[in-house]
Amino acid sequence: MEDNTPRIRQQQQPQGHCAQLLGQWTAEHLAARQVWSRLKHDLHAAISAGTAVQLWDLRAVTRLDHVGAQLLWNAWGRQWPAQLSTLPVQRALLERVARFSAAVPPPAHKSALQLFLALGRQVLRVIDHLLGMQRLIGQLMLDVMRLVRHPRRGPWRDFSGHLYHVGATALPITALVGFLIGVVLAYLTAQQLKQFGADLFIVNLLGISLIRELGPVLAAILIAGRSGSAITAQIGVMRVTEEIDAMRVLGISRGYRLVLPRVMAMALAMPLLTVWTTLAALTGGMLASDLVMGVTPDYFVSALADAVEVSNLTLAISKSTVFGVLIALVGCHYGLRVKPNTESLGQGTTASVVTSITVVILVDALFAVVFKDVGL
Amino acid sequence: MNISRSVVEIEKLTSVFRFAGQEIVVHKDLDLRIEAGELLSIVGGSGSGKTVLLRQILGLETPRAGRITVQGRPASQLGDDGAASRVGMLFQHGALFSAFSVLDNIAFPLRELGTLPDDLVRDAALVKLQMVGMDPSQAHQMPANLSGGMIKRVALARSLIMDPPLLLLDEPTAGLDPDRADDFCDLLRSLHRELGLTVVMVTHDLDTLFALSTRVAVLAEQRVVVSGSPREVMNFPNPFVQSYFLGKRGLRARTRLQEPPVAV
Repeated sequence: MEDNTPRIRQQQQPQGHCAQLLGQWTAEHLAARQVWSRLKHDLHAAISAGTAVQLWDLRAVTRLDHVGAQLLWNAWGRQWPAQLSTLPVQRALLERVARFSAAVPPPAHKSALQLFLALGRQVLRVIDHLLGMQRLIGQLMLDVMRLVRHPRRGPWRDFSGHLYHVGATALPITALVGFLIGVVLAYLTAQQLKQFGADLFIVNLLGISLIRELGPVLAAILIAGRSGSAITAQIGVMRVTEEIDAMRVLGISRGYRLVLPRVMAMALAMPLLTVWTTLAALTGGMLASDLVMGVTPDYFVSALADAVEVSNLTLAISKSTVFGVLIALVGCHYGLRVKPNTESLGQGTTASVVTSITVVILVDALFAVVFKDVGL
Repeated sequence: MNISRSVVEIEKLTSVFRFAGQEIVVHKDLDLRIEAGELLSIVGGSGSGKTVLLRQILGLETPRAGRITVQGRPASQLGDDGAASRVGMLFQHGALFSAFSVLDNIAFPLRELGTLPDDLVRDAALVKLQMVGMDPSQAHQMPANLSGGMIKRVALARSLIMDPPLLLLDEPTAGLDPDRADDFCDLLRSLHRELGLTVVMVTHDLDTLFALSTRVAVLAEQRVVVSGSPREVMNFPNPFVQSYFLGKRGLRARTRLQEPPVAV
């Protein structure tokens, strides 16, 4: 079997020092690690001053590709060597490489002014997002009024479909997460309360924190990740495939058919899911308290009614309705901004989830400050 | 390289797809040989399994039965290390890596080898970029900012980076305006000649077909009904072939062959 390893054989000939190239000078063969390190050394020796090669003989090379030609061309200092024997094919290849070898234009570096302008663009982008959001909310108001005027012509089928996907299919995951958070919280607080002998206050602690705070926020974050991203992806795909433009051309309002049913479904599903998550968390907390501290479920349930005012529940439910509307709006907003390419779709979905979770937590903080005197 | 040897050999190929619970036979006992240096076009109606055949040659899909050898090796081994030096593929929509710049896209297979120095890889990629008729100043563009024609050119440069002897094209001129399509045909023809490539092309565009092919293979009735020079194929007495080439579009395109239409 013939040896395909690319290699250089140096010989003394009448015309002078001759370098005969052998083997296959192709990217695949050149890139083998040992071959490359030896060849680099040999090439360097062949062009260094003392033993400079006068005649390059490529005729014994069984195969030469553009990478091999490029390697030689670069080794020759990007000019033709004094004497060169090649086959016609190789000559054509080398000529093509010689013709097209150019310096890469350096990638444009950003100057201080450009960075400043980039910052300005960033600010304008945020303003643009806020304006878009405002427009979406305004359109939603108009659509709601239209729905109130003609309730029978509302997008009810879409609404029920979304309600099922957002609400019913999210029940298992919210229950599981809620239950586990309840257990964790009970175990953690139990240790602390035992030190003060205030074991029974675990009911107050779990009751207030889960019903007022953790239930709604936990459910909202889960739904933002699960359904907010789905909303962006659905609407974004419709953008990519020009379905949204088709709707517009057919005279169908995208706000009325796409945004409104999703917002309505979220506004209804979120409070229900919040109650569900809170119940699961309380169950987890109750079982854990029984195990760790011997607080019986009977006592837990009866003490809970005294520990937590009903206004906490009202607050939690109204809060979660707001969360639901916001998640749906953020999802729709990013979905409608997707540009008709797949990369933009991925970016939009990520941005949607991050934004909706941030918005949920921001608004939750706002609620905490504004309603600090209610129910505590 | 031995010129007379077949680059691709397909024997007794049978492909079956399951669709909506039904089995659909796409190919049955299909035989095809592709010789070195050819520019073979595969044509056929929609759903006749042209693209599937291309994907099977690439080893992306496994046929139900039959044998496909590419350069003496089973097609299923084609995707192993160094695949870029054995076969190049131009996907219909380019399939450029959207996270990389044009130059990085082209250089990617070389850079993955891990040993060649960066400047050599960059120079080699730049040569390929200009061979497909693009300007070095476009090297740092991102694929999202390129037009359809430029995406195809960059994708072609990437598939040729390691000088594979075999190049597969899926609808090379689909989605290009007539002017760009002609330019792209010229580019393909000159590359085919200069680099001595074997090219297999799937196309619906009869202009491209007549402008480039040295041989045409028609897929119909689950097999290759006829293969030969465009002129031979066109006169083959088969209902599908006749309606395909002698429809209105076919008649218009065949003036490219520079001969008066044959009376049927």
